Amino acid sequence: MSTTTIAPATSPGGMDLTGQKLPMTTLAAIGAGAVVATILLYVVAPIDSRIQFVLIAGSLYLIGQSVASVMVEGARKAVDRFVTTLVYLAFLLALIPLVAVLASVIAKGAQRINYDFLTTSMRNIGARDASGGIYHALIGTLEQIALASLFAVPFSMLVAVYLVEYGRGRISRTISFFVDVLTGLPSIIAGLFILSFYLLALGQQPSGFAGALALTILMIPIVVRSTEEMLKLVPDDLREASYALGVTRWRTILKIVIPTALPGIVTGVMLAVARVAGETAPLLLTVFGNDSINFNPFSGPQSALPLYIYAQAGAPQQVAVDRAWAAALTLIVLVMLLNVMARMVARFARVR
Amino acid sequence: MSSESDGQGTGSPSDDAPLAVKEPISSSAHARVSPGDVFFKNLTRTAGIGLLVLIAAIAAFLVLEATSALDANTGNFFTTTEWFPNQSPPFFGIAALLFGTLLTAIIAMAISVPVAVGIALFITVYAPRRLATPLAFIVDLLAAVPSVVFGLWGLIVLVPRMNGLQQWLTDYFGWIPLFSTSEGLVGRSIFVASVVLAIMILPIVAAISREVFLQVPTAHKEAALALGATRWEMIRTAVLPYGKPGVISASMLGLGRAMGETIAVALVLPASFGISWHILSPAGNTIAANVANGFGEANEVGKGALIASGLVLFIVTMLVNIMARAVIARRREFSGTAA
Repeated sequence: MSTTTIAPATSPGGMDLTGQKLPMTTLAAIGAGAVVATILLYVVAPIDSRIQFVLIAGSLYLIGQSVASVMVEGARKAVDRFVTTLVYLAFLLALIPLVAVLASVIAKGAQRINYDFLTTSMRNIGARDASGGIYHALIGTLEQIALASLFAVPFSMLVAVYLVEYGRGRISRTISFFVDVLTGLPSIIAGLFILSFYLLALGQQPSGFAGALALTILMIPIVVRSTEEMLKLVPDDLREASYALGVTRWRTILKIVIPTALPGIVTGVMLAVARVAGETAPLLLTVFGNDSINFNPFSGPQSALPLYIYAQAGAPQQVAVDRAWAAALTLIVLVMLLNVMARMVARFARVR
Repeated sequence: MSSESDGQGTGSPSDDAPLAVKEPISSSAHARVSPGDVFFKNLTRTAGIGLLVLIAAIAAFLVLEATSALDANTGNFFTTTEWFPNQSPPFFGIAALLFGTLLTAIIAMAISVPVAVGIALFITVYAPRRLATPLAFIVDLLAAVPSVVFGLWGLIVLVPRMNGLQQWLTDYFGWIPLFSTSEGLVGRSIFVASVVLAIMILPIVAAISREVFLQVPTAHKEAALALGATRWEMIRTAVLPYGKPGVISASMLGLGRAMGETIAVALVLPASFGISWHILSPAGNTIAANVANGFGEANEVGKGALIASGLVLFIVTMLVNIMARAVIARRREFSGTAA
């Protein structure tokens, strides 16, 4: 291996406070050596996956670098270098799935997506037909997240106002704690709850409304938490100034505190919408799915983008999987747009 | 005049100044109390209590709808490893599902936590200050990808790519029971499902760890560096001990997230049943994925059985979350006094 060729760096004659350091060229040489060694290994004993190639080359580099560093710089420095490399690798490792998922969705989705795909439904489309689209699913998703926001936002804002402006003592601490706990509620449980409560106990039929109720439960903790953070940022001076003018407390909250925090609250709501727009599990149990267009969220099963992707991805035909990729691209664009818009609202608000 | 100033709490300036310092703003010493105030306060409090009622209702209705199915069950719900709730008489149990849920979630956590801590350290300690925020945003983007898209990607892209690695694992480490493939090697294995879960919980574990590492007092870090510590020695002596409770609770939140994840697992894992430690084999399923897979063909008792399994998932994830939050809460008090 390349490590044997390294000579210790020439040390200057006098006192050297920084000690010996591995030059960058040596590190590059070790990296090249690791890759060459892996290729040699590949010739001797074939490796059948790229993941494996990267893993072996990476470990060889780590070993080579550590040996060189121990020889030249000493053990402490070698451990430091070892950890630094590991930390950089961890970050790069996290980028792999992000890039891979986005690249797959864009590459495979772009082949199938077109105007026709966005404006037709799946009504009367056979299992092997290559036509069909997501219009019905798009309508369903937009109506369901709009309804969910309509229910979740006012309720969550009231809870947040209570926690920040009025909440003292044990009740408020308990509520605050359970908001955190509710953040970790599995989305399928929200679906099962609406199934038990609305569909089974109350005897209702699956509808977009039932799905919106399930999404509401998932939105509440996110909106409460973000609104709470924003209300806490409103300076007390503003509240004091309002009280000093003789304005009552509730009018101060409605006219001063909430308007001041509004851009931040809007950001939080949009992030919450982006989060629930991609939820599949609760809709599976409550909205049920539908191949036809159903504009009415209050009666009859609807479709939704995530449901559509789930159904098409599970189908054995390649045409269905192609549709799933195109729908996934639409959903990701929708979610990313919401994310970017939310961050832009937050940025413009900060300028003021 | 005097009565009016009493009501508003505005006396002479000399009276007012100390009052404002002593009294916290929210005690409303300065504000008039009007009927609107009383109404508004009660409205917000009702909403807050409504949230507690909601959680209680979730538990209550899951129990309510599960009981008739549990009564009809001819197997033992906790020990039976099969799931036939739709036949008559129904025969089903949670054991295999709970095992699969815990196994996938724990493997996902074992893969995810070291990487997430590495990411958090990279962003807080190693990355240039100016790049830290954009880099953190990039990792957070991973959380914005919907789980059904991860499932689609896992099923179509990741499963075939993992064949080489899985073959290699069983070739060289097959003597470890975990990697044994005596039931056959499959692409859609527990291991691949866990890898998908690990990717999905990575952003949340990384984000919380990052926040905890940011709270480490600069004085601690600088003291370590001033004593001649290398960067790793500074991390080991100052950052990690301070951040340990935060990382533990972040891992537990990730564990809860992994246990509840439904659609990605339902797409990647084939619907099979059993208890097996062989993670490269097809045996095993999770509670959440089983609900998604089994709901379509479930009859009356079948739905009740799925709700019963959901109740178990609810209790387990709530316990994990409560423990995680308790660790964080204790930490918050501690850091409040230390900072």
